[in-house]
Parts: sequence; C-alpha cells; structure tokens
Amino acid sequence: MIELKKVIAVLVENKPGVLARVSSLFRRRGFNIDSLAVGTTDREDVSRMTIVVRGDEKTVEQVIKQLNKLIEVIKVSDLSENSVSRILALIKVSATTENRGEIIEIANIFRARIVDVARDSLIIEITGDEEKINAFTNLMRQYGIKEFVRTGIISMARGSKVVEVR
Amino acid sequence: MRAADAIVKALEYEGVEHIFGIPGGAIIEVYDALYDSNIEHILTRHEQAAVHAADGYARATGKTGVAFATSGPGATNTVTGIATAYMDSSPLVVMTGQVPRSMIGNDAFQEADTTGITMPITKHNYLVTDEKELLKTVREAFHIASTGRPGPVLIDLPKDVTVADVEFNYPVEIELPGYKPKLKGHPKQIRKAAELIVKSERPIILAGGGVILSNACEELRKLAEAIPAFVVTTLMGKGSIPETHPLSLGFIGMHGSKYANYAVMDSDLIIAVGCRFSDRTTGKVSEFAPEAKIIHIDVDPAEIGKNVRVDVPIVGDAKLVLSELVKYVKYKQRKEWEEKVNSWREKYPLKYKQEGDVIKPQYVIEKIYELKPDAIVATEVGQNQMWAAQFFKVERARQFISSGGLGTMGFGFPAAMGAQVAFPDKTVVDIAGDGSFMMNIQELATCVDYGIPVKVCILNNMFLGMVRQWQELFYDERYSETCLRCKEMSFERIAKGFGAVGMTVEKPSEVEDALKEAFEIDAPVVIDFRVERLENVYPMVPAGASLREIIDEEY
Ligand SMILES: Cc1ncc(C[n+]2csc(CCOP(=O)(O)OP(=O)(O)O)c2C)c(N)n1
Ligand SMILES: [Mg+2]
Repeated sequence: MIELKKVIAVLVENKPGVLARVSSLFRRRGFNIDSLAVGTTDREDVSRMTIVVRGDEKTVEQVIKQLNKLIEVIKVSDLSENSVSRILALIKVSATTENRGEIIEIANIFRARIVDVARDSLIIEITGDEEKINAFTNLMRQYGIKEFVRTGIISMARGSKVVEVR
Repeated sequence: MRAADAIVKALEYEGVEHIFGIPGGAIIEVYDALYDSNIEHILTRHEQAAVHAADGYARATGKTGVAFATSGPGATNTVTGIATAYMDSSPLVVMTGQVPRSMIGNDAFQEADTTGITMPITKHNYLVTDEKELLKTVREAFHIASTGRPGPVLIDLPKDVTVADVEFNYPVEIELPGYKPKLKGHPKQIRKAAELIVKSERPIILAGGGVILSNACEELRKLAEAIPAFVVTTLMGKGSIPETHPLSLGFIGMHGSKYANYAVMDSDLIIAVGCRFSDRTTGKVSEFAPEAKIIHIDVDPAEIGKNVRVDVPIVGDAKLVLSELVKYVKYKQRKEWEEKVNSWREKYPLKYKQEGDVIKPQYVIEKIYELKPDAIVATEVGQNQMWAAQFFKVERARQFISSGGLGTMGFGFPAAMGAQVAFPDKTVVDIAGDGSFMMNIQELATCVDYGIPVKVCILNNMFLGMVRQWQELFYDERYSETCLRCKEMSFERIAKGFGAVGMTVEKPSEVEDALKEAFEIDAPVVIDFRVERLENVYPMVPAGASLREIIDEEY
C-alpha cells in the first residue's frame, strides 16, 4: 500500500471540546496525525484546523469522511495539491563571537530573522514549508541547537479556490 | 421558569411519553419537575437497563428513546447501554446529571467526565455550560438522534444549570451548519445502479438495519419483486422483508443458513442497503462474493467503501433511494439462478433433531414461533440469539430486537421491557441465555412493579454456551470458565422471589403447555427451559474464514 501524506483543512464551530472530538476520532480509528494547527478564523465562531495525516488512500478517505460526520465540523477540504503551506519555527542556536556572523549570514539566505541575541546564543525565527525548515535546521546543527519549537503546518489553496463556510 | 421544569416541558414538546431512569443528587431537580408531568417515568433497577429499555422502546417504535441517570456512577452505568445503541444506530437521548459548574474538574463527589467518556460512543454529546443554551441543546439532541443515521445523543446537565432561571420558548430553531444529512440519492448513480441490475444474471439484495430505520421495508420488497431478486439480510436487517416471503433467504454471516451464504457468494451483483458489511456478516472480507459487483446504498457516506470495495455508491436515505431505483428496473426472469438457489434451499435447510427426553433449544423457539408468530422477540447474546435468529421467522420490521454490533449480554431483557412499555397489549418475549439473563436480572423488580408482562424464555444450558462452543471446536474442549452449573440455583424461585411467575420445564412434551400457560398470564413470567447442554449452533463460519467455508453438523 502506498502511504500518502495529506494536508486537510477543517472548518469547525468554535466551541469547547471540538479539538478533543477531533483528536479522539483520530486516536479511536487509528489515524496518524503528523501535524496539527488550530486557530480561529476571521469569523469568531469558526475555527480552522490544518491537519497533516499519513496513511494509504483508503485511510485518508476514511479520515475525511469520519471528520465530516462530526456535528461541529462544518467543512473538510483536501489541500494536498496546489497550495501554499507554512510552518513557523523558533530555533535557539549556540553562537560564539567567532561564528555569530556566519550564522547570521546563513539565516539571511533563508530569509530567517534574528529575534534575540544573547552572549552565547541566538534565537532565529524562520517561516517556510517543511523542506525549507528542515534544510535550515540541518545547517544549524553544526553550531549546536539548544532549543527548537515549531508550529504545525497551515495551508491555503492557491488561486481562487476558497475554503469557507457556505 | 426553573430550568428543570423547562427541560421536562421541552420533552413534552418532543412527544416523549416514557422515560427510563434512576434519580440521584445531581439530577434531582429534573426528577422534581417530572413529578408534575404526564410523562411516565419507569424506575429501572440499574442505569444500564434504563438505557437498554429506552433502546428497546426505540427499536420497537421508531421513536427516540429517553433515559435519565445521575452523575458519576449513574452516568458510567449508562455506558454499555449507550455503546450498544451506538453500534446499532438506535435513536436515544440520554440525560445525565453533573456536579455544579463551579465544581467541574475538582474531582467533586460523584463527578465523572461523562462527555469525555461517552464521546466515542455517541453520535454527539453536550455539556450544558450556559442555561441559555439549554433548550436549544434539547432540540438539537432530538434532531440529531433521530435524523440521518440515527444514534444516541447525551446531554450532561450540571446541577446548578437545572435550577437556573430560563425563559421558555420552544421549539427553538435548529442551526447546525455542520450537520446536513444527504437524503436524496444522486440520480445519475441511481440510473447506473439500475443498469447493473438489468444486466445482472445473479442479483441479490442485502438488507441491513438501515432499511428498518428508514422505514423502507415496503420499498425494499417492491424492488425485490420488480427485479426479481432474492433478499438476504444482516442480523440487524431481520424484518426488513417478511421471512416467509418466497424471495427471502433469511440472514447471512457466521450463523446464517448455508443457502443464504452460498447465494451471496455466488451472486454477480449485490444491492446492499443500509448495512455496514461487518465481519460477522461478510466472513473473510477479501474473499467475500468474489464475482459480485456491489451497489451500496447508505445514508452514512463513511460506511461506503469502509469494509468492501463498492462499484456504485449511493449516498442517501434508503426509502427515498429505493423508491427511485425501482422506477428504472425491468423485470427479467433468471431461471437458472432461481433454480440453483432454490435447490440449495432444499438441500441445506436449517435443521436440528428433537429426539429423546432432553429439550433442544431450537425446539423451544419453534414452539414460541408456532404459538405467537406475531410476538415481539428480543434476544440476549450467544447461542440463544443465533437460534432465535435462525428459527423465529420474522414477519415485519421492529419485531426482532437484538444487540448486533456490540453483542451485549444483558440487553435482551431490559430491551424487551422497553418494547413492552411501548406495546402493552402485544406479547413480548425475551429469548434468553442463562448467562445473559443474569446480567440484568434485577429488572424483574421493575417488571413486577409496573406490571410489564415480559415473557422471559431462558434456554438454560448452564453454560456460557457460545464461548463453550468455540472452546469445543477450536480449543480442544478445554472449557475454561464457561460452566455456569449451580445445583442449588433456580430461576423459577428467583422469579418468584421478585414476585413474578416462575416455571421450570425439563421435558420436551411440557414445552408447549408451559408456553401456552405463560402467554395467558398478564404478568412477567420466567420460564427456565433446561435444554441440551452441549447443543451447538450450526451452520457456522469460523471467525476469519470465507463464507464458503461454512461448516455443518452431520445428522
Ligand atoms: C457483556 C458481555 N460479556 C461477555 C460476552 C462474551 N460472550 C458472548 S456469548 C457469551 C455466552 C452467553 O451465555 P448465555 O447467555 O448463557 O447464552 P448461550 O450462548 O449459552 O445461549 C459470552 C460470555 C458478551 N457478549 N457480552
Ligand atoms: Mg447459556
């Protein structure tokens, strides 16, 4: 079976317990979540989740169908193709007077920003898709990553396609 | 108005006539409000039984069943009942008390995370945190429970919410942006299905519980006659077509007849309606009906393609879809296929032998059927359930009540009680096993208390019979913890102790008279039929095997 990685946008009613319902569903049905990001939309009563799932075609189809069955789920869209995906990561890297310039140079190439400077470390903020974040993270390893945090993926379809409440 | 009073009034608006439950501190306000209502409350002796009774009531009537329980242990006791209803898509509204809002999360006395616990076994559930949402919640709960694919909905009511002051304006409008069941089948898909049907040489209809839930039995029969096609059912689909109808082959699956299973396996087209292709129905799914194309009609899109590959999916309500589909079907005689199936039917009938002076369990069921073919029959779980399914020919929808999906021992008796409350003048029989009956035996008190004249027919083999059968066939007769023999115990005396009528029947010749006598009594009766202890249910498809590998006993 071919394993797929799908990015799914889920519009839900902004009510307590919705996240628990979604995660309970994934656990119960044995679906794997790679990444999850949640936040309200421009409408206060609607939240949007971006979920990255892994599984074969049939599993992914079930994920979408089962999500649709939840009463508080308004809309489920597959954004795996032709969409913009972003992750935000904060990386605290060891830095000495000798290599600080070098690190900043690499950060600039990646259009990352230095958001904090201390005597022996830097915090770098970077946004991008998974590949870019991974590439940058790998480059930073040589200097010593002291701390790493990233958000889940958020995604939006390119062009005129819109995920909205009808 | 006090919120508790508003709740009861809302239930009256919803047409609720009966509630099953047990009160407690957290839900005492609602019970106080109930005191002045015309709704009849039946005080069961266990919350699990309250939910099963509401479920039996729902299955027998088609109405939404309602159950009440208090917080903590009351709520956790409902869990098996809710899960049972969920697996069989039975419409229920369960209301549970909860500790006051300010105490939630503090591990207060009798606090349990009821909505958390029941999340995966309800169609939806609510914790009411704002009294202004209360009536809307009740309205939504009844709507969700009974529409689309039905199921249980739970409302958790913090005690302080039930004493809050609310304005009563009901019915309230429903606003559920994420809940719009699709009922009308896609016309193009329906035409595609009709094309397959017309082309098919060996068509068969597989009817599940969804046919009964959507009241589509007449449409199903018309379609079957229009094609014409034989009809097999799942266990839950029993009653979707009269089992005396010449096109009916009864149920398929693990203990279905050989001829029904063979017919499905040999078909070239399966028209599946309102069923979910469970493993007990399909056997080894990768070898299920290898030559058949499959049309799957279901109101729940997630069921389509979940377990088997489907050629023509049709999402929609069975009644609507079938009444459309029948318009495009042309009658075509399929002589060869008909003869083939009918020859199987003759060659491999369901059978047993009543000989000697020990009662065969199947014989008891045949006698019940002979005497009361119109009875509502509930079953427990195990061999008793399978024999009931095999030997009681169900004539109409909602006549056969059984826990199919969860297989809950202890379901049958309280479910029968619920059905009897809905139909006080009908004969309601619980075909029971000695093990299962013990799991909700306390409801004899409820039956006696309210004069609910359920007839419990125990096929007493003094075994957890179905498990023993597996041990005999697949575990070298190592009967590990399945013997229930207890010399001093008598169901007759237990029944009498509760104030019900009790009988013990040991001889085949006494079976008929005992049943006749019981059916004349307008009170709960327990008959302890001492049956052949080692009788097995045949035919049988071993778990995980293909339906073709069905085994039969040699006589
Ligand atoms: C609550 C519950 N516990 C355990 C089981 C497993 N189980 C299935 S059938 C069965 C035996 C049932 O015994 P009995 O009610 O006497 O029926 P019989 O098979 O003997 O007719 C058991 C233990 C179950 N289905 N439900
Ligand atoms: Mg038994």
